[in-house]
Amino acid sequence: MRRLVLVGNGMAGMRTLEELLKLAPEAYAITVFGAEPHGNYNRILLSPVLAGEKTLEEIILHPRTWYEERGITLHAGKRVVTIDRARRVVRAEDGTEAPYDRLLLATGSRPVVLPVPGHDLEGVVTFRDIADVERMLEACARGGRAVVIGGGLLGLEAAHGLHRRGMNVTVVHLMEHLMERQLDAPAAALLRRTLEERGLRFVMPARTEALLGSGRVEAVRLADGRELEADLVVMAVGIRPETELARAAGLHCERGIVVDDTLQTYDPRIYAVGECVQHRGRTYGLVAPLFEQAKVCANHLAGLGWARYTGSQTATQLKVSGVELFSAGDFQGGEGCEAIVFQDPGRGVYKKLVLRDDRLVGAVLYGETLDGSWYFDLIRDGTPVGDLREHLIFGQTHLGDAGRGGGDRVAALPDEAEICGCNGVCKGAIVRAITEHKLFTLEEVRAHTKASASCGSCTGLVEQILAHTVGEGYAPSPKEKPLCPCTEYTHEQVRQAIREARLTSVRAVMDYLEWGSPDGCPTCRPALNYYVLAAWPGEAEDDPRSRLVNERLHANIQKDGTYSVVPRIWGGVTTPRELRALAEVAERFQIPTVKITGGQRIDLLGVPRERLPDVWAALHEAGFVSGHAYGKAVRTVKTCVGSEWCRFGTQDSTGLGIRMERLCWGAWTPAKVKMAVSGCPRNCAEATIKDLGVVCVDSGYEIHVGGNGGVKVRATELLCKVATEEEVLEYTAAFLQLYREEGRYGERTAPWIERVGLSYVKARIVEDAEGRRALYQRFLEAQRHAQRDPWAERVRERQRRPEFQTLRATA
Amino acid sequence: MSAQPERSLRWVEACLLGDVPRQGARVLETSLGPVALFRTADDELYALLDRCPHRGGPLSQGLVYGRRVACPLHGWSIELADGQAVPPDEGCVRTFPVRVEGDRVLVGLPGGEG
Repeated sequence: MRRLVLVGNGMAGMRTLEELLKLAPEAYAITVFGAEPHGNYNRILLSPVLAGEKTLEEIILHPRTWYEERGITLHAGKRVVTIDRARRVVRAEDGTEAPYDRLLLATGSRPVVLPVPGHDLEGVVTFRDIADVERMLEACARGGRAVVIGGGLLGLEAAHGLHRRGMNVTVVHLMEHLMERQLDAPAAALLRRTLEERGLRFVMPARTEALLGSGRVEAVRLADGRELEADLVVMAVGIRPETELARAAGLHCERGIVVDDTLQTYDPRIYAVGECVQHRGRTYGLVAPLFEQAKVCANHLAGLGWARYTGSQTATQLKVSGVELFSAGDFQGGEGCEAIVFQDPGRGVYKKLVLRDDRLVGAVLYGETLDGSWYFDLIRDGTPVGDLREHLIFGQTHLGDAGRGGGDRVAALPDEAEICGCNGVCKGAIVRAITEHKLFTLEEVRAHTKASASCGSCTGLVEQILAHTVGEGYAPSPKEKPLCPCTEYTHEQVRQAIREARLTSVRAVMDYLEWGSPDGCPTCRPALNYYVLAAWPGEAEDDPRSRLVNERLHANIQKDGTYSVVPRIWGGVTTPRELRALAEVAERFQIPTVKITGGQRIDLLGVPRERLPDVWAALHEAGFVSGHAYGKAVRTVKTCVGSEWCRFGTQDSTGLGIRMERLCWGAWTPAKVKMAVSGCPRNCAEATIKDLGVVCVDSGYEIHVGGNGGVKVRATELLCKVATEEEVLEYTAAFLQLYREEGRYGERTAPWIERVGLSYVKARIVEDAEGRRALYQRFLEAQRHAQRDPWAERVRERQRRPEFQTLRATA
Repeated sequence: MSAQPERSLRWVEACLLGDVPRQGARVLETSLGPVALFRTADDELYALLDRCPHRGGPLSQGLVYGRRVACPLHGWSIELADGQAVPPDEGCVRTFPVRVEGDRVLVGLPGGEG
C-alpha cells in the first residue's frame, strides 16, 4: 500500500484526509504528525473557549479514537523537523521517522511576535493554539490588567474573551481605526463605541516600543512615552505562513509554500494545503478557502486528477457575541467605484456597498448582518446588480423565509423556533446537528437534519444558523457549483458540451465528460436528460430511467403510492360533455377524491399504478390529453372570462389563454411553468404571480414575467407591452425558449431572472427582434417533437410497458 | 434484516430477465407484501420489500443508480445489496436473495410463504 504522511494535524490537513477517505478509503496507509498534543480541533472556536462560551471538549473535531478507528497512525505532540526528499522520509524532533510516497504539508501559520525588547518576558503570549488559551486562562484566574496588542479580528476576539473572564483590558492598535483590513472608518468607529460601552479601553493609534518587567511582564511602553500597566500581554498583530520546514527541505517558498492549482508544491510528491500555502500570489487565513483547497487536494491524492483550485473570495465575521459585523471583498472602493451607504446611528446600523461596473465588489455591514451571505453571493458570482440597485442596500427583503418571521435575527430566535416548515426542523435541532456532527456546509446540514432539503425556502435561514454557529469556519457553497457530486462541471459547462459535441443522450454526456460515477445520481440524471432534449429536439433520446417517477409515469405520486391524474382543460374552459365524461371516469374507476385545482383543472386522486393506463384510455376516448401536472413542463394557463362576458373586460383573455396553452403545451422546461391571462388590470387570473402573465389593457397586452406564488412569493416584472395577440404568442414562446435554453434544471423563472437580470431578458426578447424571432422558431421546432400526448402513447403501446403491470410469483 | 439462510427458502419464479428493465424495477406481489425486483445498469438483480423505511414509499418506482435506489417520495437512498439507508439517514428494508437460472428470475422467500 502507498504511504501518505500528513504534517500538521489541523483543520486544513484533516479536512483533506476526510475528503480523501470519502474518495479512496483504501488508497494509502496514513500517518499524521501534529506539533500539538491533541487530536484535531476547531481552531476558529478558540475565541469562544477563551470567552467561556464553549469548552475545549466541544471544539475537538477528531478525537484520538477517530484516528484509531481508521487505522491512521497519529503522532500528536511530535514536531516534524526535517524532510529528507531524497529518501522520502520525514523525521520528528524525538527521532520518529515516517517514510512517504506522498507528503501533505499543512503546517498552518505562526503568530507574528513583535521584536520589541521584553517580548520574551513571562506573561507575554500570542493567540494561536490551545496552549495559548490555557496560558491566558491561568492569567485570568489571577485577574488584573491585560493589554492586547493589535486591534484586528484576532486581537478583538482575545480582548473580548479576556474581558468576559474579568480582566481589565486595554487594546493597543497601530492604526487609526480597528480592523482596518475588514472595516471602513465609520463601521470601525461604531465597533469601537460598542466595545467601549462594554468596558474595553482603546489606545490608538499607538506603537508599542517595549515590554517592561523583570522576569515577568509588568507594563507596555508606547512610542509616545506612555506606559500601560499589564499583568498579561497578548500579541495579536498578525500571522505568517509557517514555511520553515518546507524551506529547509528546499521547496520553493515565497510568503507561503508555493502551490499550483492542484495544491502541488514544486516537488510532485509533496502537496500543501491551508494557511501555509501561497496560491496565485495569495495566502489565506480563514477557514472556508482551506476547505475548498482540501477538496481539490484530496481529488489529486486519490488519483482522480481533475479538480482545480482557482482561489477563493473570503468574507469575515467577528466572533464577539452581540456584535454583528460582516465584511467581504473590496470595501474601500476607489477609482471607478461607487458606494451606497446606509446609516442609522440610533439603531447602531451601518451598511456600505461598493459597486464597480454594475457589480457588487465589496460590503461592510455593522449592526445588521442578515444579508451578508446574500451580498457575498452577489460579489462572488459577479451578478449584475443594475436591476436591483434601488433596493440593494435594504437587503434581500424576502430572504427565503417569506411568511416565517421576516427580519428576525436568527441569533435571537429561540431553540424551538421552527426553521424548516416542510420537515418540521427547529433551530435547536439544527444547532445540535452542527455541533455534534461538526458540520460546516449547507449540504451537510441538509443531509443530517433535512432542514431546507425540500422546498428550499428556508435555505437563507439555515445558512445563517450555520454561519452563526460555526463562525467564519462556515464554508459557503463554492462559487461555481458543479451540477452534482458526480462531476466538477457546472450546469452551463455541461450544456455547452452538449451543444458543441452534439451529445444526444444521457450516456453520451456521461462518457464525454468522464462522469465520476458509473450511471449518475438522482440529481444529475434528470438534469442531463432535460438538457439533451432541450438542445436536440427530435434527435435526443429521452431516457425514461433518468426521469423521476412522476414524469416517467405521467402522473403525480401520492403519499400512499397511488397517483393523481389531471387532464388538460384548455384555458380552464370546459363543457358539460367534458364534465360528464370526467364524472363517468371518476365513477367507473371509483376515484376516491375529485378536486378542483388552483390551475382551473380537475384532479382525480387515488389511482393505483396498474389502473393508470385504463383511466387514461377512458379520458383519451373523451378527447382529453395529459395536463402535465406531474412534470417540469408547461402546466396551465389560468384565465378570467374577459371581454366575452365581463363588463370590465378589455380583451378576450379566455380565448388568448387557450391559444397560448395550445401553442405551449407539451414543452419540457427547467422547472414547472404556470401562465395566466387577465382581461383587465383588476387581474382576476392573478397573472402577476405567474412565470408569465398577460394583463390585458384597452390598448393591448402587458407581458409580465418571473412571478411566483409558491414558496417564495414574487410579483412579476413587466417585460413589455404589445398590441396584438400574435405578438403575445411570439413573445411568450421566445421567453419560454430562452428560459428552456438558459435556465438551470430545477430553477424556476423567478430565481432565473434574479440571476441573469431582467435587463438581460429584455435585451434578448424585446430589444433584439431578430433574436426573438429566432427563439420563437426554435420553440416551434421543438414543439413539433414535444406535442405528443404521452397518455395516448402509453395507451397505444400498453403491452410493451411493464411498469404498469405487477408480477405474480409462480412456484 | 438480511436474507434468510438457503435451506428455509422457497424459490419462486418472478419473471424472465428481460421483463425487468435495466436501471429499473418490477413489483412482485407476495404474501409478505409487494417486493421490488431491481436490475442495475450492469445487470445485477436485487429484491427488496417495496417499502421505504422512511415513510413507506414504493422503492420500485425510484431512480436506480449504481447499486442504489432513491425513494420516489422523499429521496432517501437505499443500498440495494443490504437494504440499508445511505447515511446520514438511518433505516433498513428487508431484502431477499435473487437467482437467475437461464432466463428465469427466481426470488427466495422465507419457507412456506410466497
